Amino acid sequence: MSDTKRGQKGDILLEMKGLKIEGRADEQWIEIVHGVDVTLRRGEVLGLIGESGAGKSTIGLAAMGYARDGCRISGGEIWFDGTELRSASDEHLRKLRGHRIAYVAQSAAASFNPAHRLIDQYCESPVQHGVMSRDKAEKDAKDLFRRLRLPNPETIGERYPHQVSGGQLQRAMTAMAMSCRPDLIIFDEPTTALDVTTQIEVLAAIRDIVDQFNTAAIYITHDLAVVAQMADTIKVLRYGNTVEEGDTRRMLAKPEEKYTSDLLAVRTYKRDQRDRPENEGPLMQIRGVDASYGTVPVLYDVSFDVYKKRTVAVVGESGSGKSTTARVITGLLPPKAGEVYYRGEVLPADYRQRNKDQLRRLQMIYQMPDTALNPKSRIRDVIGRPAYFYLGLTGRKLEERVRELLRLVELEPDQYINRLTTELSGGQKQRICIARALAAEPELIICDEVTSALDQLVAEEILKLLQRMQDEFDLSYMFITHDLATVRAISDEVVVMQNGRVVEQGPKEEMFTPPHHDYTDLLLSSVPEMDPDWLDRLLAERAEMARQGRVLKAADN
Amino acid sequence: MSSVDTSDTGPESLIRAPTRIIQAACAVSLVFLIAAFSTDLSENPGNALIGALLSAAFCAVLYKAWPRLLSDPGRDGVMAAGIGIYVAAGLIYWPLFSANPWSSFAGLAGSLIFLLAVLAGWKEVRKAPPTALFGIAVIFLYVLASCLAPILAPYSQSAPMGGSNLLWGSELKDGGIAYLGTDQLGRDILSRLLYGARNTVGIAFVTTALTFVLGSLLGLLAASMQGWIDQTLSRVVDVLMAIPQLIFALVIFTVIGSGAVKMIIVIALLDSTRVFRLSRSVAMSIVVMDYVEAAKLRGERLWYIIYKEVLPNATAPLAAEFGLRFCFVFLFISALSFLGIGLQPPTADWGAMVRESANLINFFLYAPAMGVTPLLPAFAIALLTVAVNFVVDWFLHKMSGLKE
Repeated sequence: MSDTKRGQKGDILLEMKGLKIEGRADEQWIEIVHGVDVTLRRGEVLGLIGESGAGKSTIGLAAMGYARDGCRISGGEIWFDGTELRSASDEHLRKLRGHRIAYVAQSAAASFNPAHRLIDQYCESPVQHGVMSRDKAEKDAKDLFRRLRLPNPETIGERYPHQVSGGQLQRAMTAMAMSCRPDLIIFDEPTTALDVTTQIEVLAAIRDIVDQFNTAAIYITHDLAVVAQMADTIKVLRYGNTVEEGDTRRMLAKPEEKYTSDLLAVRTYKRDQRDRPENEGPLMQIRGVDASYGTVPVLYDVSFDVYKKRTVAVVGESGSGKSTTARVITGLLPPKAGEVYYRGEVLPADYRQRNKDQLRRLQMIYQMPDTALNPKSRIRDVIGRPAYFYLGLTGRKLEERVRELLRLVELEPDQYINRLTTELSGGQKQRICIARALAAEPELIICDEVTSALDQLVAEEILKLLQRMQDEFDLSYMFITHDLATVRAISDEVVVMQNGRVVEQGPKEEMFTPPHHDYTDLLLSSVPEMDPDWLDRLLAERAEMARQGRVLKAADN
Repeated sequence: MSSVDTSDTGPESLIRAPTRIIQAACAVSLVFLIAAFSTDLSENPGNALIGALLSAAFCAVLYKAWPRLLSDPGRDGVMAAGIGIYVAAGLIYWPLFSANPWSSFAGLAGSLIFLLAVLAGWKEVRKAPPTALFGIAVIFLYVLASCLAPILAPYSQSAPMGGSNLLWGSELKDGGIAYLGTDQLGRDILSRLLYGARNTVGIAFVTTALTFVLGSLLGLLAASMQGWIDQTLSRVVDVLMAIPQLIFALVIFTVIGSGAVKMIIVIALLDSTRVFRLSRSVAMSIVVMDYVEAAKLRGERLWYIIYKEVLPNATAPLAAEFGLRFCFVFLFISALSFLGIGLQPPTADWGAMVRESANLINFFLYAPAMGVTPLLPAFAIALLTVAVNFVVDWFLHKMSGLKE
């Protein structure tokens, strides 16, 4: 597939000088990217990292000469292979986009048209740009699908987007971006929405393809460990400014800026395991729970205990039944068999049959703080409602209590109490959710992936906050997560689930020491590490194990 | 009390102090209005009662709206001016109040409520495109006309004032001038147009309001309860929607007879099926949100969930639908009147006015002013429909977050 027209590896392909981008807010243009320089050579991968709002995606899109609705490129130059994109005509840009510059979006599921087959969507761009005929494009697609290790490469193109899994769709999208053999691909958080086990596959596939076609790439992510595997150089962004830029290995070994080292240190928070209290029964027991959605069974014989003042982490990839277990415990999904005991008494299976006190003791914090808070409510009401509802606080007492809770979650009461929930950042929203749960004065809180929608630095603060609340109010947590760094950080006991079954459970230290159940092993080994050689090593190890006949398989593949 | 005011410096005190003024203003205007109505009590107790209830509701709305309006500082001056004008107008029209209290009050209250609504959204209104501003202006004129018809109209809507089918600007029996001529019974067309606004627009408004109360309440209920309640309601609605609306209405009216109240109820019932569908589907996507689940798990009652969690998030699409539905209802009433089973004569109604004067269009070539007569009420109908649609378009546009 080599192309003689292509330049040599090492030629400058993309150069952005003093790039400034403005965004529209309240009828005003506000600068969100303040003069960033980007230089990218052929065959090189540049990692853009930073928290949300740092301007990563905006800069990534600007590399195509494109600004989102409500944004505009207000200054600087964008040179792509000898052409200035800001002054280029729409016609010219149309020819470049998809053909020579391709874009892989964060959510493949939302980027594919659900009404068309994958193969049709794949072929559209090469045929449109006149790169190859439809027949040739189809053949090419199968070839790429094979290289990206998609199952059934010959026939998978005939499926519709909803008929393949998220990880497969993300790979299909990468294939689509490669369809015209572009010079530059922009990957915008391509693995953020995927399970760790699937992430490995996609990362390996992307890296192979970038190597094979000598393509330059911009890889946007907030996960340093991921970018360490992918990028030659890393650019750290914050508030639309460059914090630091440099060679990947150099930066990981010796960051110059404090912000970079903060980002690097983010996964190191860890609390020691506490053993089960000795002469005390468990606070909650789940015994032999089978559950199903309609006629489709999703849980099989799930049993575990939660002790007072302890944290149980329930781990597994999506579809493993973690959240369903939480729904059974809260009474949203009455189980087919089995019981949930609370302080030795059976909890009614349906939440509608539980009394106010039973409801109060068991609170929940959700994954997406955006959907967990009513966008039309004010903070005062969100936090005040449970305090009024369960504890009957009114008037001045209620106001005092709300302020106290806001202080507990480290939000200044005067500043926040009258705000709408939409006037907060993601991390602040999650703090409000925590305050709402605490307002009920609960004993057990179910945390459903509470940090997965947040930036890593913010996520860590939330974990520490939860930890402090546990120490202060003797809370028990059931912590649902797919992120093993989180598990390591705050759990006492771990329950590993796969396909609706508990495959392994035990104290944290034990769970993190080999030998493991195969699936636990797969999960553990799939967590990216900061080491740039980690992915190579892991793939080599797995290949070796495969030769010995031991194949670790995620449910997805 | 004053010590509290000085010690509080937060946004709370900002809201509290003017609220006390507004409370006083509301109380005064309430007393004043009830006094006005009670003069009418002996003759028409029903009217006085409804009027008193209306004024109470009006003051409640004002009271509720005040703190929200204040969240944008600088608005209170405008608001105070509005209240001032309202009270002043009330005093000036005091004699009229005692003669025809309900209509006069309704007029003042209606126009003020509309003004308040515009003010409340002033930040947005200022940014509205010209079409929407035109729409708002036209609607305001209609609201004024319909509210103040008894004050603005030179003559009665039903009494013959001179010869039939007089030309524009003809002199009437009492020496006055019929600016738009008279109809075939010698009634002043200008007055009938103004009263027609009140009758047609007023009834359409009441009908739409009833439609929405019924439709959205049941729709939200169906979405929140699900199960057999949802199934039953939805199937009943399906059956009602399967029958062509106009023919269904005609059949019902032949059975129960016509009349303003009957018309309102029948149209509201038939139209609420559409609102039911919309509010149910909007609410369906809201009830699956985590915050509704959180409220359920807290043990909240159904009513709380509908009122506090679902409804506030459904108001935007429902408000947009209100505008559209208003147009449909309005045209439906005009159509019924045109067919002769809407409002009964001598009550002026635009649809009926078109029908009564339809033949005059034949005279267009000989006397253009005469020939235009049937087009006047038709034009009034068309203009309002267009204006409402402009506003609704703008509203929908804003809601969907589209950029121009």
